[in-house]
Amino acid sequence: MSSVLENLVNQPYRHGFVTDIESDTAPKGLSEDTIRLISSKKNEPEWLLEFRLKAYRHWLTMAEPAWPNVKYPKIDFQEIIYYSAPRPKKLASMDEVDPELLKTFEKLGVPMNERAKLAGVAVDVIFDSVSVATTYKQKLAEVGILFCSISEAVREHPELVRKHIGSVVPPGDNYYAALNSAVFTDGSFCYIPKGVKCPMELSTYFRINTQESGQFERTLIVAEEGATVSYLEGCTAPKFDSNQLHAAVVELVALDNAEIKYSTVQNWYAGDENGVGGIYNFVTKRGLCKGVNSKISWTQVETGSAITWKYPSCVLLGDNSIGEFYSVALTNHHQQADTGTKMVHIGKNTRSRIISKGISAGQSNNSYRGLVKIGPRAENARNFSQCDSMLVGSKCGANTFPYIQVQNNGATVEHEATTSRIGEEQLFYFASRGIGAEEAVSMIINGFCRDVFQQLPMEFAVEATKLLGLKLEGSVG
Amino acid sequence: MIRADAKVLLEVKGLRARVSGVEILKGIDLKVAAGEVHAIMGRNGSGKSTFAKALAGHPAYEVSGGTARFEGRDVFDMAPEERARAGLFLGFQYPVEIPGVSNSAFLRLAYNTVQAARGREELDPLEFDDYAREKMKLLDMDPAFLDRSVNEGFSGGEKKRNEILQMALLEPRVAILDETDSGLDIDALRVVAHGVNRLATPGNAVVLVTHYQRMLGYIVPDYVHVMEGGRIVKTGGKALAEELEARGYDWVRAAA
Repeated sequence: MSSVLENLVNQPYRHGFVTDIESDTAPKGLSEDTIRLISSKKNEPEWLLEFRLKAYRHWLTMAEPAWPNVKYPKIDFQEIIYYSAPRPKKLASMDEVDPELLKTFEKLGVPMNERAKLAGVAVDVIFDSVSVATTYKQKLAEVGILFCSISEAVREHPELVRKHIGSVVPPGDNYYAALNSAVFTDGSFCYIPKGVKCPMELSTYFRINTQESGQFERTLIVAEEGATVSYLEGCTAPKFDSNQLHAAVVELVALDNAEIKYSTVQNWYAGDENGVGGIYNFVTKRGLCKGVNSKISWTQVETGSAITWKYPSCVLLGDNSIGEFYSVALTNHHQQADTGTKMVHIGKNTRSRIISKGISAGQSNNSYRGLVKIGPRAENARNFSQCDSMLVGSKCGANTFPYIQVQNNGATVEHEATTSRIGEEQLFYFASRGIGAEEAVSMIINGFCRDVFQQLPMEFAVEATKLLGLKLEGSVG
Repeated sequence: MIRADAKVLLEVKGLRARVSGVEILKGIDLKVAAGEVHAIMGRNGSGKSTFAKALAGHPAYEVSGGTARFEGRDVFDMAPEERARAGLFLGFQYPVEIPGVSNSAFLRLAYNTVQAARGREELDPLEFDDYAREKMKLLDMDPAFLDRSVNEGFSGGEKKRNEILQMALLEPRVAILDETDSGLDIDALRVVAHGVNRLATPGNAVVLVTHYQRMLGYIVPDYVHVMEGGRIVKTGGKALAEELEARGYDWVRAAA
């Protein structure tokens, strides 16, 4: 690989700082006692404690999945802190938010108060495991939208949470989902009532702060009949040398004619250039198109984490429902990503679309893994998948593992894949037209990702473009 | 057009260059003045393309000796993009495809970068579109080219036209066109040659690198240089190209 390319991909991580806020932290280790502690800290109802314990007991019987195309040392679940909360305070307004915390957000380029107002975005901030500020709640409440932390939802709207939690990702769904179900500490809850179109983009910024505190968020979004919502999730974590586990669960439920758009820009710490440190991101995201004509669309830009294991999926149960997955996954240095989607067609005339763009640089390994399953009742189901890989330099790898299972003869399934490489010849071509390497790489990458970026809300698209630039640009010459 | 008082734009002395450690250029001398058209001819492997790429700064070509000055500046002191901004242009023999990057965005970035370096005004997308369409007429190109990805799925002839379009947009002082005639049918050759002729002015210069004489039927060179074994072994006028065509490269080798 040319030295220009090496410089480009060796940009240091800019979000590596630790906020000094006193934490209320549980001792390391996982047991029924830990779970009871979490549940009691959060004053949870009995049914939720039961949900957790059931999940935990199931988790004990399960084995860590070995099939992803990633390598990492065995995780010692007894070495993890499962509960860590900033000191509890009653916050009436943004002014009462810990200034250290606000500073952190500013360093991240997310001055939430101004930015939220300017952009008309309501930000439900997750800082470690407890939600410390919720804005625009009032305005949303006027149209009947509930947008709060999941802990608050458990207290204020237990019937809604109880009805939907675990309905899309059952507690025993997979190893990490079971773990999350047992120990989740916080997350976001969003409920859009019948016929309501959410008047603004809803946004959550996640951030893992306490060293070695695994973060287990749980997000639940329910769109009732005819409701629509667009939800943005942004993630950044500071730099630590030991790996941090992140095992979130996100559940989306769309009823008749409802539409949910879920966008993620993930920039967690990926480890240093030698592969030390970084986040292990083992996430279960799944949407259920429960009603007829419902639609769920996932858009993700994954640039961080040492390991990413993530398959935002759609279960297309309702007739005529639509599932979409748009993804850009960038890996650099020693990052490993095994990501993709599952589209499970159950209802008639269901349609799904998969656009996946993988970019590998440095010595990283980037795999797309996708499942398209057409059930026996899914008359006239259609899927289109496109999986493109781009290699930057010659030491990285890209793989595609598409699984297609069709049990109905009336289905149409299309799969396209390409692999390309940014090499010296392309960069020289740009240079010979006066364009330097940084701009050239940025232009090539943005061109490559265009189909996905177009799906992001405007603000996020700009952020994502910058982020990819940051990840790949560096001090050239 | 040769003028005794013309300003020297490019002066190469004793240029040596290596590829993967093997010396390909073994001392090239070439002086190009404003208004002139030079043709560099030679059989495959004689070093013609290496010469073009070494001047443009391809990273695989290592300059191991000699000098090159472009309008008084040391060429080898400049990064490839700086050479382009200064007005040295390379028309590629095999232009690379750049999937996903629209030709219009690419051309506009190149244009604005070069304009900015020259202290001239940059164009916004709408203004640039008008400007590019005007230049495309010169090459009989369909404006739909602007919406396609750079060189992706272009036929050989389309790629070459796109190269000359870039030359038209960037208005270089010295354009080195590497085998621009290869892969062109006779109609396309005529269009491309016509475009190059229109772009050749008393203030700039064109260096055609070519294997065959056929392009020189349309673009009349002031000088013809014959390369052999990494050196220019013979220099003459237009007639030399015709003689080469008739007698073959072995004749030069024997004469040298």
